[in-house]
Amino acid sequence: MGQSIAFYTLAAFILGFAVLVVSTKDTVHSVLFLVLDFLFVAALYVLLGAPFLAAIQILVYAGGIVVLYLFVVMLVNLKRPPEAHQDPHRQTKFGLGLAVAMLVELGMIGWSTYASPARPAFVAPLAAMPVSGNTEEVGWLLYTSYLIPFEIASMLLLVAMIGAILLAKREL
Amino acid sequence: MVDNLIIPLIKIAIVLNATLVAVTYMVLLERKVIAWAQSRLGPMRVGPYGILQPVADAVKLMIKEDITPVRADKWVFTAAPIISMVPALIVYAVIPFGPEVSLFGRRVTLYVTDVNVGLLYIVSVASIGVYGLILAGYASNSKYPLLASLRASAQLISYEVAVTLTLVSVIMVAGSLSMVSIVRAQEAKHVWFAFVQPVAFVIFFIGGLAETNRAPFDLPEAEQELTGGFHTEYSGMRFALFFLAEYANMIVVSSVATTLFFGGWLRPFPNVAALSFLGFIPSWTWFLIKSFVFLYIFIWVRATLPRYRYDQLMRLGWKVLIPLAIVNLIVTGIVKVLLT
Repeated sequence: MGQSIAFYTLAAFILGFAVLVVSTKDTVHSVLFLVLDFLFVAALYVLLGAPFLAAIQILVYAGGIVVLYLFVVMLVNLKRPPEAHQDPHRQTKFGLGLAVAMLVELGMIGWSTYASPARPAFVAPLAAMPVSGNTEEVGWLLYTSYLIPFEIASMLLLVAMIGAILLAKREL
Repeated sequence: MVDNLIIPLIKIAIVLNATLVAVTYMVLLERKVIAWAQSRLGPMRVGPYGILQPVADAVKLMIKEDITPVRADKWVFTAAPIISMVPALIVYAVIPFGPEVSLFGRRVTLYVTDVNVGLLYIVSVASIGVYGLILAGYASNSKYPLLASLRASAQLISYEVAVTLTLVSVIMVAGSLSMVSIVRAQEAKHVWFAFVQPVAFVIFFIGGLAETNRAPFDLPEAEQELTGGFHTEYSGMRFALFFLAEYANMIVVSSVATTLFFGGWLRPFPNVAALSFLGFIPSWTWFLIKSFVFLYIFIWVRATLPRYRYDQLMRLGWKVLIPLAIVNLIVTGIVKVLLT
């Protein structure tokens, strides 16, 4: 009971802030709502009994990435009022179509899990864990059941890093 | 009921109030120590030897006029001091001041909570504090605070990398992220981690100076260049919040350094039986003494060293401390593998 109340409160806040992120005129305010949104998502992780993920969520997203967003917005924004004319690149029909497709898809996924709440087949079988504690369990899973996806993700980050260095430094 | 609600609430109240009092007295201590370093007397008028100066300061700050610049972004301007102060205070939730003691017939732990991800919690909460600085500069709508806040946040982000890397090497030695387990690991290994990880400790302390914007890294407040820093447009209690947040952060860095590198609440040489006559001193006293030494060093450094130039600061952070921290991390890993 208490858990459901907490979940629905958090979910309401998350959705509310998400709407504010896209509807606010001032870009800096919208970035700030994004931070609040991330903090509430972290609270959701805590509710699910995953404090490690919650701490990482705050550290990486709220504390790291959004700070860089804020830098860019602050330096680019310069308080210019938004221009009145219609954006010629705006694809209203296409966007609406995508949104409807997305909703239908979500509804179908929701309906199928509701109709048969079985475990999806693509989750790898969990290895028996000889460790206890949230952090240790995450580490154990990453290095046993999910080793290959984990390594691929780290390769991706490495490639991104090299790309960023190449872009920033034209001549090496 | 009592164990789950009332005792934690009492502990939170004690920790918060003790921190706020400590923070105000840190200001007095800093003025006194710097005065002595410069052959002056420091505050002497309010109370004997100026001991009531913090009270006078608090009253002054509360009754000062509260000014919001006309073109400021009002909501963000109001939120910025709060965003800077709150993370500095809630970090104390996981700092262990002592082990379990019995008090009025109950087993009470001398920390608010011991979470499995304690150290990570501290790092992530501290990373929220940077918003206070950035937003204060942005919302003031004034060029000096904006420049200062850009400097402050760039400095904080750069040094955070080095500090977090040193924390990782401590975690590798201790084998846990929980603050209490880290102290217990030092007890079990019969050594303070400052002697196992001296490089990590030095980097952590330098990074700590830079992250709290203290001299010699106090560029965000360089009066000659920026008229006073990101809080130039703030007055009264809002300014006080920024000011107190800086000191609260200093206490956080000192407490974390004590816990990670100097054995937290353990007495010196906890495994030497000849020193067990020291047992009459309560464990939290050791914690407070060690933290106080760090706070004193903070002030001492400020009274001694001149300020860095901004490019020197960035070079030190990115080209010396971060590579050193990475090398330290790799060496720690290799030694750990060789020893097992």
